[in-house]
Amino acid sequence: MSYQKPTFRHPQLPRNGLDLTRSSYEGLISTLCAGCGHDSISAAVIQACWELDIEPHRVAKVSGIGCSSKSPTYFLNKSHGFNSVHGRMPSVATGANVANHELTYIGVSGDGDSASIGMGQFAHVVRRNLNMLYLVENNGCYGLTKGQDSATADEGSKSKSGLENPFENIDLVGVALEIGATFVARSFSGDKDQLVPLMKAALSHRGFALIDVISPCVTFNNHHGSTKSYDYTRDHIHTGNIVDFVPARSEITAHYDAGDTTLVDLHDGSSLNLAKAQPDYDPGDKGAAVNALLKSREKGEILTGLIYIDTTEPDFHEVMSLGAAPLNSLSQETLCPGNEQLQKLNAGFR
Amino acid sequence: MSESVKTGKSNASAIGSKKTTDQSVLPIEATNDFVVKFANVNGSGSASANALFAKSVFRMGVPVTPRNIFPSNIQGLPTWYEVRISEQGYTARRAGGVDFMVSVNPQSMADDVREVRPGGYFFYDSTRPLDIRLLRRDINYVGVPLTEITNRAYDDARLRQLFKNVIYVGALAALLNIDMGVLEQLIAEQFAGKKKLIEPNCSALKLGFDAISDEHSCGLRIEKRDLIGDQILLSGNSACGLGAVYAGATVAAWYPITPSTSVAEAFEKYAGKLRIDPDTGHRNYVVIQAEDELAAMGMVIGANWNGARSFTATSGPGVSLMTEFLGLAYFAEVPAVLIDVQRAGPSTGMPTRTQQSDILSTVYASHGDTRHIVLLPSNPKECFELTAASFDIAERLQTPVIVLTDLDIGMNDSLCDPLEWDDSHTYDRGKVLDAEALDNIERFGRYLDEDGDGITPRTLPGTHPEKGAFFTRGTSRDEYATYTEKGDAYERNMQRLLRKWNGASEYLPAPIEKGSGASVGIIHFGTSVAAVHEAIDQLAHAGIGADSLQLLAVPFHDSVAAFIDKHESVFVVEQNRDAQMRTVLVTELEIDPARLQPVLYYDGSPLTADTVYTKIVEVLGKASVSASTSTTTIAGNSDTAAGD
Repeated sequence: MSYQKPTFRHPQLPRNGLDLTRSSYEGLISTLCAGCGHDSISAAVIQACWELDIEPHRVAKVSGIGCSSKSPTYFLNKSHGFNSVHGRMPSVATGANVANHELTYIGVSGDGDSASIGMGQFAHVVRRNLNMLYLVENNGCYGLTKGQDSATADEGSKSKSGLENPFENIDLVGVALEIGATFVARSFSGDKDQLVPLMKAALSHRGFALIDVISPCVTFNNHHGSTKSYDYTRDHIHTGNIVDFVPARSEITAHYDAGDTTLVDLHDGSSLNLAKAQPDYDPGDKGAAVNALLKSREKGEILTGLIYIDTTEPDFHEVMSLGAAPLNSLSQETLCPGNEQLQKLNAGFR
Repeated sequence: MSESVKTGKSNASAIGSKKTTDQSVLPIEATNDFVVKFANVNGSGSASANALFAKSVFRMGVPVTPRNIFPSNIQGLPTWYEVRISEQGYTARRAGGVDFMVSVNPQSMADDVREVRPGGYFFYDSTRPLDIRLLRRDINYVGVPLTEITNRAYDDARLRQLFKNVIYVGALAALLNIDMGVLEQLIAEQFAGKKKLIEPNCSALKLGFDAISDEHSCGLRIEKRDLIGDQILLSGNSACGLGAVYAGATVAAWYPITPSTSVAEAFEKYAGKLRIDPDTGHRNYVVIQAEDELAAMGMVIGANWNGARSFTATSGPGVSLMTEFLGLAYFAEVPAVLIDVQRAGPSTGMPTRTQQSDILSTVYASHGDTRHIVLLPSNPKECFELTAASFDIAERLQTPVIVLTDLDIGMNDSLCDPLEWDDSHTYDRGKVLDAEALDNIERFGRYLDEDGDGITPRTLPGTHPEKGAFFTRGTSRDEYATYTEKGDAYERNMQRLLRKWNGASEYLPAPIEKGSGASVGIIHFGTSVAAVHEAIDQLAHAGIGADSLQLLAVPFHDSVAAFIDKHESVFVVEQNRDAQMRTVLVTELEIDPARLQPVLYYDGSPLTADTVYTKIVEVLGKASVSASTSTTTIAGNSDTAAGD
């Protein structure tokens, strides 16, 4: 059956393969601060899902607590959402995913939500290679409680009150690489051209896909001395590679000179075309990825792009030997062994 | 334990086997009514031999209740296995000491000797002489040279250790009149998959049997009866795991913690047998060992939110960690099932001992105004039934349901009626709107109470392209799931949740009332049931009639208040220090606390009838009848004093 109802409100607007305009992917009006990087990320999610022809209601949005975790309200209003508990989105996403692997899972978290209170759950959802897009809207501070440093704040970065952060930061990209993430990327909320193709690739990746998005907090962490401000990020960004996502149905055409591109095939038949900023960078080489990350850090640069990808690892669904039919669709007849079987078990208890 | 016992060089006495030398104490004579206790070293492989002993009594048609008493340790510390054999069918732990002690652990020998009742038997390895300081004039010693027999028969150290256990079971068979045919049959069943192990085990059994001669005598006998019927011997944790399989649970998320670990393991075991897709070999279930209890509960909530029946099993410390999520599930109205196998104490407490002390922490778990449905099984059959029912209740009421068991029922095999499943029962999936239902309504209100029962319709993710999507959140919202901090909307929502709570007992199992119009009423729940029923027999013997009410759920059915009303003296028996269930009764039923007399017990061992009897008699001011009437009350027994 089809529940696709064409919307005729704006006949002149472009439509995707489902005959839907972008408005079908929008959410409620944002209540975040004007200029918040998170809103740009929401816009990128809308664009990526629209371009990929994902049915909006077949997406499940999950989040923890914080400014970032509020943002699922502002995109995909036809999707179910779950704004859960601080730092615990990964577990809710895991339960939801095993119940129905057919939906597309978009998790939205923040730096406090993932790198502090939720560090444990973040690490374990990475290990499990749960099939989801995991967005970290990373502004280096706690916005909802008015600007305290978070664990991703760089050492020496100044808070709004002028105090330097004395502690080493946690780089979630580095952590994810170390513990077996199969898709690791970093981007900047102000770089939609990079962010949207990365999201499309992440959504097409079968397994855990992390995108750490530097997303400046205009209210509490956008001042001189902060290393997560718009100005600082623009000045120090280093684009490791330029991603061009090629959907499964499109013919792959060479946008780049063969010598400078790497083609990565994804599970759903789509591909990634990577134009390399550095000719020797191979995103399938974990050692190289770790190296590039460390080097960019030494130079004080923020490495962005697709940093690492592994399309060979089985995802959690496959590891757990689950079948094609979602667990939440199985009937009582399939699930309940019945009384005759129980009487056989009783015999074994005597 | 003194060094001399191990070396046998000093303070040693070659007593072999001998009867009581105190002429005023006669050796105990009893048939099918005594307590045997095994004192072992944990990690020595004694568990299966001890279970073999208990099962042989069961197969001889005599009611038997075995209990493990074990330390929080893997190898080397003392562990005990206490078996109550009761023709009358009493299954509570019996107070007053042990009739027959099987002592195979020198470490605990001094304590073990002390625990034998006057006239009782102390079975020990007589390969080396016994420490003279362990001699009591009022008990019987049964010496069998277990080590000598074992070493003569086996060269391999591992075989010596394993078969020594089987050898003492063989000796017990001769001493206690256990049918060797029954034991051999059990061994054959146990090793049906490894047939070559049957003969060596039967030989070991015979070595022990033949070691008993006329010089040994024992007045305790097991005689065949037909008192078991079709009953089964099962642990509560196995029954809970199986109940979850039958209820259609597909997602189990858990974190290892004693004493609940075997719930998830049982689910995995039975699901592995019964839930593999015959065509594809894929699993129709998933068991996730989470990183901690917080994650386990999060997974359960995520799965249930998405329409898969999901549960977790834990114990008190895990409940503490899950508490924030329990509040979310209550407020966001997501079904969830949590099996709490209670253990003793705050903090780490006594993790391998039993208690009923998570009542307040579960009924009122989490911050803000929260109340949770709690189910209270008392035996493995109820563990199976209430676990299965918990999923229907959780989905009907869209809220967490906590199945509260304890270590005593969870980790020990106990007698119960056979499990049954009503094939005509259809799972109650609650008010879940599908795409067609959504098409037929004007506007979906996730929290709109159109039926007036406080239960509102929910939808699952992915159902309908245009209708029914909503944002599940722990923040306040209106009837259409829209975020709001308006006070009136918050109050309306909280009042509706209360309405749901007040109507919940309709879906919960009703309490079980026994008796007929006595003036004394005893309220109890969970594993106190066996001790309470035995105590009621003791009270009757002392001329005190008492009725009982077994609670099966919170919130309470109307009959609970009625039971309190119609009894002059009402006792609430529970295994904790702070009278937690009494607090819940007082709060929920708004009754005068003075109406409820607490009977408390919390030393970590299973409750005995004597504890209940003694306290009730004391309160009723009839202490004079106690000593002479209770058949099992032994003077100086420390159990009866504990816990008041």
